[in-house]
Amino acid sequence: MPARILVVDDELSIRRLLRATLERAGYAVSEAVNGRDALIRAAADQPDAALIDLGLPDRDGLELIPLIRREGAPAILVVSARDATEEKVAALDLGADDYVTKPFDSEELLARLRVALRHRTGAGAPPKPVHAGPVTIDLDRRLVTRGAEEVHLTRKEHDVLAILARAAGRVVTHDRIMAQAWAGDADARIEYLRIVVRNLRQKLEAPQPVGSLIANELGVGYRLLAD
Amino acid sequence: MTTDDRPDPDALLALARAEGKGRLKIFLGAAPGVGKTFEMLTDAAAARRDGVDVVIGVVETHGRVETEALTRPYEIVPRRQVPYEGRVLAEMDLDTILARRPRLVLVDELAHTNAPGSRHSKRWQDVEELLAAGIDVYSTLNIQHIESLNDVVASFTRVRVRETVPDRILDMAEIELVDLPPDELIERLKAGKVYLPAEATRALAHFFSKPNLSALRELALRRAAQAVDAQMLEHVRALGVGGTWAASERIVVAIGELPGTDGLVRAAKRIADALRAPWTALFIETPRVLGFGEAEHRRVAAAMTLATSLGGAVATVPAANVTEGITAFVADARATQLILGKSRRSRLFELRHGSVVDRLVRGMPGVAVHVLPFEEGPPPARGGARARSRGWGAPAGYAVATGLILAVTAFGRGLIHILDIGNVALLYLLPVMAAATLYGLRTGIFAGLAASLAYNFFFLPPTGTLTVSNPENIISLLVLLGVAVATSQLNARVRAQADLAAAGARTNAALAGFLRDLTGLNDADQVRARICEEIARLFDAQALLIAGGEGEGVAVLAASAPGHRLETVDLAAARWAWDTGTPAGRGSGTLAASEWLFQPLKAGERTLAVLALARDDGGDPVRADRLPLLMSLADQAALVLERLRLEGEMRDLDAVRTRDRLRAALLSSVSHDLRTPLTAVLAAADALDAGADPALVDTIRVEARRLNRFVANLLDMARVEAGALRLKVEATDLSDAVTGAAHDARAALTGHAVLLDVPPDLPLVRVDPQLLHHILLNLLDNAGRYADPDSEVIVRGRHMHGELRLSVLDSGPGLPPGRERQVFETFRRLEGSDRAAGGTGLGLAIVKAFAEAMDLSVEAANRTDVAGACFTLVFPAALIVRGGGEGESV
Repeated sequence: MPARILVVDDELSIRRLLRATLERAGYAVSEAVNGRDALIRAAADQPDAALIDLGLPDRDGLELIPLIRREGAPAILVVSARDATEEKVAALDLGADDYVTKPFDSEELLARLRVALRHRTGAGAPPKPVHAGPVTIDLDRRLVTRGAEEVHLTRKEHDVLAILARAAGRVVTHDRIMAQAWAGDADARIEYLRIVVRNLRQKLEAPQPVGSLIANELGVGYRLLAD
Repeated sequence: MTTDDRPDPDALLALARAEGKGRLKIFLGAAPGVGKTFEMLTDAAAARRDGVDVVIGVVETHGRVETEALTRPYEIVPRRQVPYEGRVLAEMDLDTILARRPRLVLVDELAHTNAPGSRHSKRWQDVEELLAAGIDVYSTLNIQHIESLNDVVASFTRVRVRETVPDRILDMAEIELVDLPPDELIERLKAGKVYLPAEATRALAHFFSKPNLSALRELALRRAAQAVDAQMLEHVRALGVGGTWAASERIVVAIGELPGTDGLVRAAKRIADALRAPWTALFIETPRVLGFGEAEHRRVAAAMTLATSLGGAVATVPAANVTEGITAFVADARATQLILGKSRRSRLFELRHGSVVDRLVRGMPGVAVHVLPFEEGPPPARGGARARSRGWGAPAGYAVATGLILAVTAFGRGLIHILDIGNVALLYLLPVMAAATLYGLRTGIFAGLAASLAYNFFFLPPTGTLTVSNPENIISLLVLLGVAVATSQLNARVRAQADLAAAGARTNAALAGFLRDLTGLNDADQVRARICEEIARLFDAQALLIAGGEGEGVAVLAASAPGHRLETVDLAAARWAWDTGTPAGRGSGTLAASEWLFQPLKAGERTLAVLALARDDGGDPVRADRLPLLMSLADQAALVLERLRLEGEMRDLDAVRTRDRLRAALLSSVSHDLRTPLTAVLAAADALDAGADPALVDTIRVEARRLNRFVANLLDMARVEAGALRLKVEATDLSDAVTGAAHDARAALTGHAVLLDVPPDLPLVRVDPQLLHHILLNLLDNAGRYADPDSEVIVRGRHMHGELRLSVLDSGPGLPPGRERQVFETFRRLEGSDRAAGGTGLGLAIVKAFAEAMDLSVEAANRTDVAGACFTLVFPAALIVRGGGEGESV
């Protein structure tokens, strides 16, 4: 049975295009033109994922995120023309799985959607090794290998990498990483995180270009690019 | 406590003010002929040798050869020739000196009075203006010209000079005492070396007696010492050095309308100086004020002005009597010393009413009371003033009194057989009381005399004569007279109080009406017009409101009536009042030749407008006794104008806020509205079947993305222009920033290899990642557009000399030599390069604006290794996160 996707957007052309793109990729699509409509549809159709535009005519899309989440907990992808980092962080904090800025790349949108759906269905499942190119991250055994060799990580490096790996493919905000990796350290600053990520990249990415494993999401957070 | 040692802000301010202004040096002498001018020229010569630009404004050589010789090396600013009553007076040319702007100007005889029609009536005012313009001044002064010493000098020399210089001028000057022992001065005088005006020789001969010269010399020495003392104290206060400043003394001097009250003010100044205490000149306004003539009003106003110019405060307090008023004020002001003039009242008056001094001393325990004798002057013009104010009474009054007395006489004669003679006397009281009540003292006395004569003649035996046979009847006559005097005096006092109350009520009513009129209006033009109308009505004069315009001009904002005429001198006075915030024109000390009085309307330090008043008949615009009313009205008008100004500012601020909110909403909606169709276009391109020509689909994609970039730039620029950039600074890794930008700009860089040469160990920088991203996008976009096809675009980061440099280099035509800076101007595209690659030129303007918002600098240059452009962002050391490059262990 194909996954059901709810598209919430007030623009007809966008809805039409998203429907075409999604159906071509094998999903079943339902549409809503405003917030009220979206909640009714979400309750009735129990979709696996919802693509939500933030600029809706009747209410702000940000408000809609927790409400839709309550109706059967679909994966939520925000698709919006708003590109202020505060809005992206707010959407993620409110429970959105990811964020795509208009104008978007169709392939990128589909990739993000796949990751979000995978996480939704796999939620609560025991973590299994995460593969990203030559790098394998075994969360259970706290083991990171590159090719055949084990990579030695400091405790902090491992903590950060584990947080990213558990959300593999999805963006994790700076605040969330720091709250987990530096729990209880009120003085933790983003500089520490940047340095840890820099060290991880030197150990895991080089000589590949910077960001090939741990991608930076401008002003929002980091994303582990898993296979 | 340490706070007591902190520098006094006022003193520091005074010093700071003295920094920007010119310095004044006064060569102070005890008498003419001691060699002040000579000394001044000698000092100036020393300054000149040190390379100071010195000119002579005025130097009186009085034909002395040695002095003449000393002036020769200097540039002399020619005097202004002022024709006056058939003669030509040569005055210092203030404007030429101001325009010439020397470092130091020599101005002899500081106390000189300028020819009528000059800008200032006194030379010391000219000097003040020179100092304000930052020009140093050397000047000379004799001790008897110092305002506060004027009386003292006159008391022993019997020569009073009218030309005085306020003490505050001396207080701000460096004083050099030019001293000559009296014997030597007398020698010089005998040798004819001292210049004396021919007409004054006799008076001055007395002036130059040895006792006089000794006394003058002592005064000069003391004054010079005092100045040094004061300046030292000022210095000590500014530096917060010691705690010797313990002046808890406050002095009040009660001034009156009698001649000599100005001497009292000067005495107060001397005592205040000696005690270093603040002082206030106090005038108690009792019902007697109603009896004042012009002369009394002038004397009070002059004493007030004098007090202000000597650095004292002034206060006018209404009260039922002087004692009460003074006691209340002294208590309120917590004064410790009270200065009074010795009352001129007769012994008899003091017996009846008690001495004011006695009552004050009793009523104010703890206050030291100084009683000073008024100087000998002309006797008070008491009769004159009273006569003018009350007159001899109306002739009608005498006629009525006579008629009444005739009627009573006729009536009494008719009843003579019934009435006792004593009762007839009572009948005569009626006309006397009526006359005294209705027509005042003189008519009352007249009626009393007439009644007693009539009584005597017609009723007292022997009737038909004016002889009195029975001594008892003399008492009846005296009673009649006494009743007349007592009734009229009682009545006169009641009436005076009523008049004063009425005058006060009129003033209050005028003020209240004025305020009520103005507060109802909200339009500045209407308010100004109404101010002019009301002032014109209240003072029966023409009124204008004037503001200073650009440059030297003034603009008339409102007028009570059309057709006013402002002459050159009026305009100058108006400008003066506007610039300095002090009154000018008729009735003031500045540019008094003007027919207009210019009263600035001030709120705090700011002059909001200048109120101009003139009478059509050319008389004084405002009578002396009405000046306080004008001041009050001016204050009220200034308050109303200030309120309007503030309201206007609030409205402007509101408008700006609303505009900003609208703009933010508009930007957000434009962004949404433009991006949605672009999204649709791009998604549609992605969705096109393989059947379509891939090149065409690609074209759609590339162009749509370019349009998207352009929209983003337009919005960014709008944000910059609106001042709506809000920075969200965080520690940022440049390799992240560069990678992200290169990823997002990949479409624009199609066909170019991108080499990211950013070492991973560069320190972090504190910037707004979003803005930096947009900067890099635009730089990469620019490189992609102008670089030769298939060439390499390099992004290079380097940490050197404490700063971090991030450059984007392309291989291509580069920038036109010499015009590298222009590339950052909004919408400028460099000639020859625009048609080739298209674009709006907006991108680089955004780069510059964003960079500056984050305190980065941005440089544009041509590459030195190969042809091509190189744009460099420079992150100063302040933005670099310390320890970021060391990979600290965590």
